[in-house]
Amino acid sequence: MTAVLEISGLRKTYRSRKGVRNALDGFDMLVEAGQVHGFLGPNGSGKTTTLRTLLGLIRPNEGRMAILGHEVPRHLPEVASGVGAIVESPQFFGNFTALETLTLLAIAGDVNRNRVHAVLELVGLRERAKEKVKTYSLGMKQRLAVASALLKEPKLLILDEPANGLDPGGIREMRTLMRDLSDSGMTVLLSSHILGEIQLICDSVTIIAAGRRVSSGSVADVLAQHTSASVKVRLEPGVDLLNAAQLLRTAGAEVRLESDHFVVGNAGNPAQITKLLAEQQIFVAELTPISADLESVFLELTGTAPVDGENRQVDQVAAAGGGWGR
Amino acid sequence: MSLYRAETRRLVKRRFTRVFVVLTLLVLGLIVGGVGIFSTKLTPAVTARAQTQATAEYQSALEYAAEEKRLCAVDSAAYGGDCASIYQPTPGDYEAQWYLPFSFNFGESFEDMLVVLTALLAMVAFAIGASFVGVEWRNGGMMNLLLWRPRRAQVLLTKLGALLAGLVGLTVVTGLLWTATFWAIGRFRGDLGKLTPGVWQSFGLTGLRALALVVVAGALGFGLASIGRHTAAAFGVAIGALVVMQFGLSTVLNMASARYADLYLADKWVTAWMYKSAEVIDWSAPCDYASGGNCEQPVFTITWQMAGGLLTALFVLVTVVAMWTFRKRDIA
Ligand SMILES: Nc1ncnc2c1ncn2[C@@H]1O[C@H](COP(=O)(O)OP(=O)(O)OP(=O)(O)O)[C@@H](O)[C@H]1O
Ligand SMILES: [Mg+2]
Repeated sequence: MTAVLEISGLRKTYRSRKGVRNALDGFDMLVEAGQVHGFLGPNGSGKTTTLRTLLGLIRPNEGRMAILGHEVPRHLPEVASGVGAIVESPQFFGNFTALETLTLLAIAGDVNRNRVHAVLELVGLRERAKEKVKTYSLGMKQRLAVASALLKEPKLLILDEPANGLDPGGIREMRTLMRDLSDSGMTVLLSSHILGEIQLICDSVTIIAAGRRVSSGSVADVLAQHTSASVKVRLEPGVDLLNAAQLLRTAGAEVRLESDHFVVGNAGNPAQITKLLAEQQIFVAELTPISADLESVFLELTGTAPVDGENRQVDQVAAAGGGWGR
Repeated sequence: MSLYRAETRRLVKRRFTRVFVVLTLLVLGLIVGGVGIFSTKLTPAVTARAQTQATAEYQSALEYAAEEKRLCAVDSAAYGGDCASIYQPTPGDYEAQWYLPFSFNFGESFEDMLVVLTALLAMVAFAIGASFVGVEWRNGGMMNLLLWRPRRAQVLLTKLGALLAGLVGLTVVTGLLWTATFWAIGRFRGDLGKLTPGVWQSFGLTGLRALALVVVAGALGFGLASIGRHTAAAFGVAIGALVVMQFGLSTVLNMASARYADLYLADKWVTAWMYKSAEVIDWSAPCDYASGGNCEQPVFTITWQMAGGLLTALFVLVTVVAMWTFRKRDIA
């Protein structure tokens, strides 16, 4: 597999009177050809900054980037025709119609103007194409944005929160559209907060937190890396659960009691559980790793899981708890 | 080239451009209409009527003077005892030409009309230029375009080129219409005056200078709005500069008796550019009564070359800064 997108050591610092903010702090990313790649991260973690930098809109302080094998931003003019992008709900000139907006882009970009009607059809705006953009709803503007990104038949499609404002039907259409595009050989980079969506359509993901990559790989790999952390423990009937849980807690485990079993949250090495309990003549009846969903992995990796009684502020990252028993 | 076509299309499709062009044409139409309606052709009948009126006025003035003299002879005290000082009108006081109705003289007055046209077009060019790029910045169109065309310098220069070409087109077309209509007014409802090749050449050169002024005004609006990333930035700078220079600086300098304080008035420079020269008087200098007994103060003449230099400098400065900031800055 060839890399369509490579980023390494990307650093972007915003300076203002209030001080210095490291929006990107040595970020790395790799997207392979033909994949739908999810780009996940909490608010303010640097997703949009990464995409803007990649597209030459902002200048990085440091780092290396390549799109379709060309160094960017230096060779961006050569690859621009192969990259379609929308960055954080783009705005359009309200007094032009969708048709006019896309036609202007098509002329400016030397794209066959027949494409305009094709993409309008594709995103479901055909009937409304001759109305002014300012009369559009949020989701319709978002569809227009996607249409503008598809206009040049890109090899790499970069979408920053494309589902923003779409109705459920629209989200599903978007999902199908992306699968179709990817099947036709297009590589799609997709940033989103809708993790269920990502889990459904993405082949691989990159998770970013505070300007750094915290995990990456195929969805299955990312999930697997963290699945073993949680195990469900069932004891022989009649054994005092509370007592056993207390025992593990003193050893440092995070234990959540359920009616007939308990869950150890940070069990890096499940064998430790059996060993500890067996030493006290408590025998385990069942020990199953709980397969995590992307959401819990995301919350754990980015340290943004809500904590009772606290209002987490953006940029606030809880110290991610290290595995227990490793 | 395709970008240039797209930008030209964007320019002419914009409502702002269309509304402003239509408004300009309306105002120009009103001026043409006004001059056309009030101007009268000086036919022999009209001249004869003026002559008759002048003679009649002269006659009644004569009669009035005679009556005064008669009254003075009766009671000189009422006239200060000096009947000789009662004014005796002469025919020269009642020349027929002063009784002629207004008649537009193309040869004499068209240059002023060109200046009126230029002033209006320059303001419109500034506004169109500013809004052309200012709106792009506001609505994210600039960012969208850069995703397609990452060469920033080329994008901005192409936009500027499309704008300036549009303005040249507008100016040339309205200028030709302007010339034709005023020529027609002179021909049919006024006087053409002496139209030697030299006069036409002079109109032509004034027209070219007008064109340059309109182009520079458009480029300044464009550049300032691009630097400020907002249409209003250009208007802000224009109004600010006007207030500071026109009212603030020149008032302060006048009060401080600085030499040639009027040099800081923008209109002096525009006048110099359009009429080939403008005089600035040093109000702070002592009077020189040597010649003719009138107060003569030193005069500085702004030539059109100096004014042209200033225009070029402004154009280059604003365009270069606009290019530089456009290339350097992050686009969010
Ligand atoms: N122009 C700017 N000036 C200063 N700081 C900025 C600027 N743009 C972004 N930032 C900061 O950079 C950080 C990353 O922002 P970015 O927009 O990349 O986040 P994001 O991952 O896209 O978030 P979201 O999920 O909310 O879209 C934030 O802390 C943000 O405040
Ligand atoms: Mg974002």
